Amino acid sequence: MNYKFNWSVLWTGESGQWLLSGLITTLELSIAAWLIAMALGIVSGALRTVRFWPLRAAATFYVEFFRNVPLLVWMFFWYFAVPPLLPQAIEDWLLAHGLEFWAAVVALGVYSGARFSEVLRSGIQAIPRTQLEASVASGLTTFQAYRYVILPVALRLIIPPGTNESLNLLKNSSVALTISVAELTFQTRQIETYTAKAIEALTAGTVIYLVLCVSIASLMSWVERRTAIPGLITGGGRRRR
Amino acid sequence: MLDLDVIWRNLPFLLLQGFLGIGNFVGGTLRLAVPSIILGFILGIFIGIARLAPQRWIRFPATVYVEFFRGVPLVMVIFWMWFIMPIVLKTSIPEFGVALTAFVIFEAAYLGEIVRAGIQSVPRGQVEAGTALGLSGTQGMRFVILPQALKNMIPSLVTQFIVLFKDTSLASIIGFMDLTKAAQVVNNREIRPFPIYLFIAVVYWVCTYSMSRYARHLEKRMGPA
Repeated sequence: MNYKFNWSVLWTGESGQWLLSGLITTLELSIAAWLIAMALGIVSGALRTVRFWPLRAAATFYVEFFRNVPLLVWMFFWYFAVPPLLPQAIEDWLLAHGLEFWAAVVALGVYSGARFSEVLRSGIQAIPRTQLEASVASGLTTFQAYRYVILPVALRLIIPPGTNESLNLLKNSSVALTISVAELTFQTRQIETYTAKAIEALTAGTVIYLVLCVSIASLMSWVERRTAIPGLITGGGRRRR
Repeated sequence: MLDLDVIWRNLPFLLLQGFLGIGNFVGGTLRLAVPSIILGFILGIFIGIARLAPQRWIRFPATVYVEFFRGVPLVMVIFWMWFIMPIVLKTSIPEFGVALTAFVIFEAAYLGEIVRAGIQSVPRGQVEAGTALGLSGTQGMRFVILPQALKNMIPSLVTQFIVLFKDTSLASIIGFMDLTKAAQVVNNREIRPFPIYLFIAVVYWVCTYSMSRYARHLEKRMGPA
């Protein structure tokens, strides 16, 4: 192996700044997309369990179409194909305000929303149907029953798979580099381009992703233990051997 | 808006070159996805078994491998291979080789977990029965546990293949001519992003959705394991 390591490229020049701004963009992108994904996931996940079939069909179409197509294709779709269809004023505003970032947010949010939806649906289906029937019998409308009885329990039940999907979202945000969003992977590539030190640059990016994933996972396992419903989830996240 | 003519004109390029990999460029979504899942599964079997090994020095590296690759984006792994393979092997590697290696290594971490779950789903009595019949540990694994574990794994394997099939689109970022890259090439010439990207979305969807229906069918037929 004929490669001269030079780790100092990571803290000389602008590398540190690039990595930091990449990390911030990755977090901004992931948080914005996560909010969209949660909203879409909760609504469509709940709609997939209702009796009224047209709503159920619409939610099913959304989930099955969006999660079965590669995220990269959605990135191109929202970045290249959708903006020209928008009214001129909106397109101009987007072009002036970082179109690629907002396209990536929508692509990642809508794609992950379809995946969150499946997690939420399984959470709702884990709650006995009698809970809904009891709520309706005590005078709540179906909407109120979901809002005050079903969803609060379902959201606590799905913390482990939900964390998993959220980490997938974070890792998937790296695909945004294809539409030149300056996130962490993009900045890693930029350091490589400027310094020709690929291994050092990639190591820095990889370590940041690992640290992010591990810290979020441990934070969420703490949240899971805190929010465990006595009698419903026992042991709260600790794996038994 | 929906100009179907542009799809029709470029259909042979998109499907033959992009999807199947028949043409002047090295490419093809299927040509990358099929060997990736086969080789990834073979590596995954070893990793899955190693995760369950009684010896710590075998179990530990396998666990680190799985946790590492599950904590890193696939895009990052592709770039790693792209830069590191020519340095280590001291020769230039075609995109196909880089992409295949990246997918096999990355997917093996996920497939290893499926293999592990499959092995753990085989009742403990089967191992003991094998030992009682005079089989060695390796023989018991090879002839008693793995055949039964494999059957339990099939639905999850199909699901993982769907994930891999979608992930192959990322090979286009290092220039591999898969369906997504073919669509980019066509779009650069035609400037008709809406019909072109919607069309390949539908092509991907038809493949993945039919596979996921098949996985559901298999799960139902086999019942709860």
